[in-house]
Amino acid sequence: MDEKQVLAEVITILKPFSRAPEALVNCTLKTSLRDELCINSARLVDVVLGIEDKFGITVTDEQADLVTTVGDAVRLILESRGAA
Amino acid sequence: MTLRRVVVTGLGVVAPNAVGVGAFTTALRNGTSGVRFQPRLAELGFGCRVGGVPPGVPELAEKYFDPEQRFSMDANITYASIAAIDAWEDGGLTRPPPDSETVDWASGAIIGTGLSGMDPIAEQLVPGTNAGRVTRLGSSMVEQIMASGNSARVGGLLALGNEVTTNSAACATGTEAVVNGFLRIRHGLAERMLAGGSESHSPYVWAGFDAMRVLDRSHNDDPERASRPMSASAAGFVPGSGAGVLLLEALDIALARGARIYAEVVGAAVNCGGHRQGGSMTAPNPNAVRRCVRDAVRMAGLEPRDIDAINGHLTATRADPLEVNNWASALELSPQEMPLLHATKSLIGHTLAAAGGIECATCAIELYHGFIHPSLNCEDVHPQIARYEQAIVRELRELERLRTIAKASFGFGDVNACVVFRKWRDSDVPPRTSNK
Repeated sequence: MDEKQVLAEVITILKPFSRAPEALVNCTLKTSLRDELCINSARLVDVVLGIEDKFGITVTDEQADLVTTVGDAVRLILESRGAA
Repeated sequence: MTLRRVVVTGLGVVAPNAVGVGAFTTALRNGTSGVRFQPRLAELGFGCRVGGVPPGVPELAEKYFDPEQRFSMDANITYASIAAIDAWEDGGLTRPPPDSETVDWASGAIIGTGLSGMDPIAEQLVPGTNAGRVTRLGSSMVEQIMASGNSARVGGLLALGNEVTTNSAACATGTEAVVNGFLRIRHGLAERMLAGGSESHSPYVWAGFDAMRVLDRSHNDDPERASRPMSASAAGFVPGSGAGVLLLEALDIALARGARIYAEVVGAAVNCGGHRQGGSMTAPNPNAVRRCVRDAVRMAGLEPRDIDAINGHLTATRADPLEVNNWASALELSPQEMPLLHATKSLIGHTLAAAGGIECATCAIELYHGFIHPSLNCEDVHPQIARYEQAIVRELRELERLRTIAKASFGFGDVNACVVFRKWRDSDVPPRTSNK
C-alpha cells in the first residue's frame, strides 16, 4: 500500500470525527487534525483505534501524541508497516 | 424580592406513540397506543415482552446530528437532545450554528434521567474492562454513561450558559426537573430553562423491574391492552422510553418577544416521605404525597375545587388505588367533586425518568387546545376507586373551559413531585406597573 492509498484510508477513518467535511475532502498531508479538520482532541483516541484496526498495527501512547496532522498519521502507518 | 411568573412556551416530545409535538397532540386526541411487542425482550427471557419505544428515531437523529455527535450519543442522550431541540424551536428560538462562539447565559437545562447509558455500559464498558481491553474502549464512554450525559449534550447543542444539569429522582425525575426549572426562573436566576427527562429503551434499564415482577406479564400477545392504569385487571406497568422537555420562560421575556404561551406554571412542590408512615424505598408515604399536592396547590393560590383535571402518576400497579385516594384526601373533595382523572401511561407505558417530562408536556398541550385525552384499558375500574368512576376520562373530552391541571409523579425513594399548570389567557397579562 503506497502513500496515496494510505492517505485515502486515513481520510476514511477521520471522516466520522471531522466537523469540517469540506476541509477533509481537500486535505493534504499538512492539514491539521484539530485546527483544520475540527476534530475534538478527545477523538484522537478513536482515530488511533481506527488506524490500529485497519492496518493491523499497534500504536504506543508516545507515538499517538505526535500525531497532529494528516501526514503524521500517514507516516506513522507507513513506518509501522515497514518495520513489521 | 419579586417573584417572576413562569410560562411554557415550547414543547419537545419523543414518545412511544409519536415523535414531535404535533404528532403527539394527534396521538393524545386519538388515544393512540405506542405499546408494542418487543422481540428482544422475548429473546432475553423477560416475563414482560411488551414495551414502548419511540418510532423512527435513528433516522431522525441523522437529520438532527452530524456523525461526530452521533458517535457519542446513546438512545437516552439522543431522545433528550431531540426533545430539547424540538422544544427550543417549537418556542420560536433558533438552534445556534455550531461555529458560533456566542453563549446564552440566561438559558439553561435541567434534564433528568433514571439509569443513563445502560447499553454502552452493558455492551462495551463492562465486557471490555473485564477482558482487559480498557485501552480499546475509545473516547466516548464517559460522555455516554455519565449521569449528566443528556443535559451535557443539550448544553453544547444549544450553547446554553446558565445551569445545565441532570437530576435523578427515579420515576419522579421529569416532573422534579420541571419544578426545579420553574423555581430557578421564578427566583430570577435564569430567564429560560429547558426542563424534563429522558430514558433509553435498553433491556438493561428494564430488566431490574422485570426481576421485581412489577411489569405486566399477562398481555404479551395483546400489547395495546397491556398498560391498564386504574383497571381492576392491571397487572403491572409496561416499560417505556423516550423524552419530554418543556421550554419554561419568564413571563415578561415571553411576552416581550411575542412567544406563544401554552400554559402558566402556577404551583410546584417536591418532597420525600422519609420511608416512614407507610412509606418505604418502593412505596409512598401517603402523608408526604398529600403534603406535596397541597403545597403545590397552595403556591398556585388556588382552591382544590379550581383543579379541573389530574394527570396522575398512575402506572397500572397496585399503587393506583392508593394514589387516587391520596389525591382525594389531599384535595379534601368528595367523589362527586373529584377532578377529571387520566393516565398518559395507558397510551405509552411508563417511560420512567421521561414520564414526568412527557406528562407535563401533555398537560400543557391539553390546556392550550382544551381537551383531556382518553385513558385506555380502564373499562373495568378497580373496585377500590369505583366511587370516582365518573371522573375517569375514557373517551376524548373536549373542554372549552378547561383551566387547571395538576400533575404529580412519585418515585422509588419515596419521592414526590407535583406541578400545577394553568391555561394562559391574554387577559392574564399583568398590568403595567408605574415607575412613579
